[in-house]
Amino acid sequence: MIDLSTTYLGLPLKNPLVASAGPLCKEIDQIRRMEDAGLSAVVLHSLFEEQITMEAQHLDFFLSHNAETYAESLSYFPDLASYALGPDQYLEHIRRAKESVSIPIMGSLNGTTLGGWVHYAELMQQAGADALELNLYALPTDPDATAFAVEHQLTELVSAIAERIQIPIAVKLGPYFSSIPNMARQLVSAGSKGLVLFNRFYQPDFDLETLEVTPNLALSNSSELLLRLHWVAILYGRVHADLAVTGGVHTAIDVLKSMMAGGKVAMTTSALLRRGTAYATQVLGDMQQWMEDHEYESVRQMQGSMSYRSVSDPSAFERGNYMKMLSSYSLRQSLY
Amino acid sequence: MSRVKTAIDGNEAAAYVAHKINEVIAIYPITPSSNMGEWADQWSSEGKTNIWGTVPTVIEMQSEGGAAGALHGALQTGALGTTFTASQGLLLMIPNMFKIAGELTPAVIHVAARALAAHALSIFGDHQDVMACRSTGFAMLSSCSVQEVLDFALISQAASLESRVPFLHFFDGFRTSHEVNKIELLDPEDLAALLDEKLIKAHRERAMTPEKPVLRGTAQNPDVYFQCRETVNPYYLAAPTIVQNVMDRFAARVGRQYRLFDYVGAPDATRVLVLMGSGAETAQETVEYLNGQGEKVGVLKVRLFRPFSVEHFVKALPPTVEALAVLDRTKEPGAIGEPLYQDVVTALAEAPAGSPRPRVLGGRYGLSSKEFTPAMIKGVLDHLASARPKNHFTVGIVDDVTHTSLDYDPDFSTEDPATVRCIFYGLGADGTVGANKNSIKIIGEETDNYAQGYFVYDSKKSGAVTISHLRFGPKPIRSSYLISKANFVACHQFVFLEKLDVLGPAMPGATFLLNSPYPADEVWDHLPRKVQEEIIAKKLKFYVIDGYQVAREAQMGTRVNTIMQTCFFAISGILPREEAIAQIKKSIQKTYGKRGESVVKKNFAAVDAALSHLHEVKVPEAPTGKIEMRPPVPAAAPEFVRTVLGPIIAGKGDTLPVSLLPVDGTFPTGTTQWEKRNIALEVPVWDEQLCIQCGKCVLVCPHATIRAKVYAPEHLNGAPKTFKSAAARWKDFKDQKYSLQVAVEDCTGCALCVAACPAKSKTDTKHRAIDMMPQIPIREQERENWDFFLKIPETDRQLLSHSQVKDVQLLQPLFEFSGACAGCGETPYIKLVTQLFGDRTIIGNATGCSSIYGGNLPTTPYTFNAEGRGPAWSNSLFEDNAEFGLGMRLSLDQQAAHARTLLAKLIPQLGGELVGELIHADQTTEPGIMAQRERVKRLKQLLAGIDLPEARDLLSIADALVKKSVWIVGGDGWAYDIGYGGLDHVLSTGRNVNILVLDTEVYSNTGGQMSKATPRGAVAKFAAGGKPAAKKDLALMAMMYGNVYVAKVAMGSSDMHTVKAFLEAEAYDGPSLIIAYSHCIAHGYDMAYGLEQQKAAVNSGYWPLFRYNPTLTAQGKNPFVLDSRAPSLPLEKYLYNETRYTMLVHANPAQARKLLEEAKQDVISQWKFYEHLAAMPGAAAVAAVEKGEH
Repeated sequence: MIDLSTTYLGLPLKNPLVASAGPLCKEIDQIRRMEDAGLSAVVLHSLFEEQITMEAQHLDFFLSHNAETYAESLSYFPDLASYALGPDQYLEHIRRAKESVSIPIMGSLNGTTLGGWVHYAELMQQAGADALELNLYALPTDPDATAFAVEHQLTELVSAIAERIQIPIAVKLGPYFSSIPNMARQLVSAGSKGLVLFNRFYQPDFDLETLEVTPNLALSNSSELLLRLHWVAILYGRVHADLAVTGGVHTAIDVLKSMMAGGKVAMTTSALLRRGTAYATQVLGDMQQWMEDHEYESVRQMQGSMSYRSVSDPSAFERGNYMKMLSSYSLRQSLY
Repeated sequence: MSRVKTAIDGNEAAAYVAHKINEVIAIYPITPSSNMGEWADQWSSEGKTNIWGTVPTVIEMQSEGGAAGALHGALQTGALGTTFTASQGLLLMIPNMFKIAGELTPAVIHVAARALAAHALSIFGDHQDVMACRSTGFAMLSSCSVQEVLDFALISQAASLESRVPFLHFFDGFRTSHEVNKIELLDPEDLAALLDEKLIKAHRERAMTPEKPVLRGTAQNPDVYFQCRETVNPYYLAAPTIVQNVMDRFAARVGRQYRLFDYVGAPDATRVLVLMGSGAETAQETVEYLNGQGEKVGVLKVRLFRPFSVEHFVKALPPTVEALAVLDRTKEPGAIGEPLYQDVVTALAEAPAGSPRPRVLGGRYGLSSKEFTPAMIKGVLDHLASARPKNHFTVGIVDDVTHTSLDYDPDFSTEDPATVRCIFYGLGADGTVGANKNSIKIIGEETDNYAQGYFVYDSKKSGAVTISHLRFGPKPIRSSYLISKANFVACHQFVFLEKLDVLGPAMPGATFLLNSPYPADEVWDHLPRKVQEEIIAKKLKFYVIDGYQVAREAQMGTRVNTIMQTCFFAISGILPREEAIAQIKKSIQKTYGKRGESVVKKNFAAVDAALSHLHEVKVPEAPTGKIEMRPPVPAAAPEFVRTVLGPIIAGKGDTLPVSLLPVDGTFPTGTTQWEKRNIALEVPVWDEQLCIQCGKCVLVCPHATIRAKVYAPEHLNGAPKTFKSAAARWKDFKDQKYSLQVAVEDCTGCALCVAACPAKSKTDTKHRAIDMMPQIPIREQERENWDFFLKIPETDRQLLSHSQVKDVQLLQPLFEFSGACAGCGETPYIKLVTQLFGDRTIIGNATGCSSIYGGNLPTTPYTFNAEGRGPAWSNSLFEDNAEFGLGMRLSLDQQAAHARTLLAKLIPQLGGELVGELIHADQTTEPGIMAQRERVKRLKQLLAGIDLPEARDLLSIADALVKKSVWIVGGDGWAYDIGYGGLDHVLSTGRNVNILVLDTEVYSNTGGQMSKATPRGAVAKFAAGGKPAAKKDLALMAMMYGNVYVAKVAMGSSDMHTVKAFLEAEAYDGPSLIIAYSHCIAHGYDMAYGLEQQKAAVNSGYWPLFRYNPTLTAQGKNPFVLDSRAPSLPLEKYLYNETRYTMLVHANPAQARKLLEEAKQDVISQWKFYEHLAAMPGAAAVAAVEKGEH
């Protein structure tokens, strides 16, 4: 019998396929289906720092707007007894998810500043989250903001949250740091037990007819996996944290590669969105089949087996390989 | 027993008791009573129970008539029921009130008494409405104060149950319904103790039930009707004693003793006032003051007006009384005297021998919340002592026509020195009123002080000024009048200083707190000279704070409320500073806590930052200012505007004498142009290089402040230096110039124009052909440019295509600068009507937002063109508007028919050719109408020379020969609910009227209550849990007639389609109905995105655009054309931009999800249905198939 089990952030998981934060996780029914399909854990959709404040500010603004102005209409809305703003609904969602399934449920907080909202990490813990994924979606646009300042802000944030909660924290980060290994080490020192590589960024598009910037976030594909494999392979064994691969995990092969690079888990959303939650069963089945065919006994056995530390030619992960690729590309071009 | 003391207003007090002691509550919104229904609805939706442990059923009906009907039914089947209303709403209940009383049914109707619509509508308080109910058989109990409202709400119900006589419990609209005062609440045990279980049981036993079937509501004949009517006499005879007994039981339990007629004053008074309502409180304050000065005066407060107990009345009078002044807050034109006066006279005539026989004078006061002050009361008492007093006087106005008014000394004051009096000037948007309401709560509930707050609002919905009047002190506060001598004046907006006499009410030595963008050492030179003079002369202590800066830093935007509140507490010293700040924060937590932590935090930050920015100003010894107060209207304004409207604008309308005002409510149009309000911080600025001259900004501007003209280049001669023009981009206007001009002093700064502008810079896409820029730096130059622009001739209408938006921008709007909200979604449609047909339009306007911004004084936005023609406008009522408009059509048609008859008779004198042309004129197009106008002009000239009765007759109605366009305008509350029966009937008549429904999907004017146009899932007042039912499809219902033109439009989605629909509707010779999507602040999003939301509404399939044109039926075609595309946007992408939907997501996510799914189904089925309708073959196609041609 092949052993698919793994651990992530100290949580024993029956296999390494985890649902990453995405819209499917907003529905309890979908989370149940995820468990049924074999996914070993679920990272809930993100609660955004901006969402917490913006929703409150908007509600306050529009409930007050034009009130107490005209004698006949001193307000325009009924003043309801309570509003489940931002965290309230989210916390309720964690509770319901925990009641509905037995697989681990991880909360997700998305923010970059040391605001009062870090308190919500505690609330997520109280609501029953097994772990917390902290999505550090930093998008510096100020030319005066130095890399050091940006990194410092993020590590401060991780420390602040780590001090407040007992459940493990994983940090989901983007690939755009001057030194990813150093950033990773800083985050781990700040209290992160895991690193989730990498965030997929919202990339605004242009509408040329209206000359408007339009939000755009396309589903991922397997080609995006390579960037993740690259960095997980480099970090594996060099930082004291569990690594998770996210972005471009679509097939059993993708999961296997992720494990071999050094991931403890591989996270997927786009594939499930595209092909339905039940597709996870097929991925796990294919994975098991591949492992049988190739006589692997367990996932643990392969984790990190193709990392920087373990491959015979680590230069493949380095600059030299890049040079080699470029020249081979040029060579191919000249041949055809 | 210690009871809770709280500071609430009269409406909340009445609703508190009514909700606790009733089972069925039928409601309908009408100012100033709407809040009672809102409270009841809110409490029931929160699951709050009555004293018997069940949640009362609260149901909104389609009108007050409906509410009364539902109440009648509920009572008949044994429920304890109530309703709340006012004014015209109460009048609509009268038929049922006769029934309820005729059947001896215990119930109470709570009324915030309000003026009636006569020569004009007024939302303010007097007793005209309740006095119109005297004959219904309802008992009438009057409360004078907020405490009494609470107490009498219970007493009336207890007395009604015992006497079986239904009660109308009333109190003064606004003065009491909206005054916040510190009162002692009644416990549920108090309520239960006063309501006898046996009487409730008896009421239920009389209920209709098949278990013990009876029949009520027979039809009776001359033989017994009369006798039956007399059977109730014993009940009415017993009622006064029953009420007194209940009052005594109430006193025994609660401690407050009331009597049917409560006398206050000297026991040996010779002069006594008799009155009801809030004025009696001021009267008490005045007589107590005067008696303290050695006078012998008193006041008799009438509690139970009906049934009127002569016995109790006479006994209540002091035996020494020699003269009575009976003051009525109502008017009955033609009566010998007003109702209370008449009853008092009759009572004295019928009083037993030995009773006092004073001389009785009757007078009127306080109509429409007109101030009623101690000075006026003293004036009346002085008048009673005069040798030859006049009867049927008025007080509080100057009547220089029939000379009814009394003189009085306006400086007389009875204000208690121990009572602190504060006035705050704020903007609606800055939160001043809300903060002051909180202050009253803090002072009233957290200190031993008594406290009172009353709030005065503007007649405008945008840029509105609010004035808060706060009193607090160690003694109960009875002063039911505005503060005219203040210890503390705060001005929360610097710009008011040059518009309003802010310091007029400041007493010598008072404190003046100013929100100033200038620091303490600079502010002096920025003050108008008059303000400087008053500060010096009155030796005011002067403080400034840059509240704007504090607000900005705390991310509070323009809301300076908590900042100014903190300063008020710090300066006034009512509480130690730390305690005051703690209380303010507690209040912030209570008010905003449920809106999220970040909201509370920013308010806390503002409070914490406030005091360090507060500084006292060292006042110089002499004024140095060069800034003068701005006159309310320019000297160039017409005389009526200067002498009548100007004082109203300046807040001095109270000083206008009767002679200056129109006798029949007729006012000139075109007067908003003189009221330069300068309320926009930013205004649109035109880039003539970038502009493509599409006209979209002109079309959408809600206030008609963006105008365009195409003109010959020579008109630019003498143009101001900064006046902009460009070559006109029209094929037919080669070598002409085009200018787009903004009236920056009239603009509200809504930025809808920017959102509509499609022309973006190719090098910097955020820059459009219209951008918002600060107003002040360009105000002067743009004023000059606007004046110059107005002098350029209007573009010739005959040369324009009225169906093209690009051309429509050049048609002069005859609706401008209204007081509507910034970014209003309704007004662009009205403006369009006036652009297309304004010079021949008559408008019947339902009461609501459109009647308020259309006809609320001081100034009127409907205007006229260079020929003096423009829309004639009138508002009748809320419920009758369709019928009102139909009446106009019938009248015009009748006059035209009569004119044609007379023309035929006058052929010998006028000649057959002219008569033939006049009678058979083709007026289907504007040139045709213009030609007819020329003919009528000639006709009038000829008629003037013909000395025949027919000629004189024809001369008076000749204008009827020119086609008139009748527009019936109103909101969805009117069209879908209260006026639907009439609207439906008018559609059925086939007459040529154009009905424009400005659909905001709620009762916007009364504050966002649900109508049948409210969509499923939206939160509205009376639908706090999200409206569970789908929006009524009024368009489809109208289409079913087959001969009604129907269009559903949304200007933001397709302006072209809107223009087309308006043209077709007007051209159609029959009834037309246009339902226009009107974004509204009651939807809860930034109105600058109104057009985007309209687009989203259409793209999501929620608001399909279509036209149903019966003319096509006549041509054998399918009359229904679906003009928008199949839904392409998920419904939630439209809905969840708006607070009315998202607040349900926050409050009840499961319900929001359920309603969203149902709403999606609505959209799908509606779209399929309309698609099917649009695909139906026309009659011609069907006939062709039947003939086998296909």
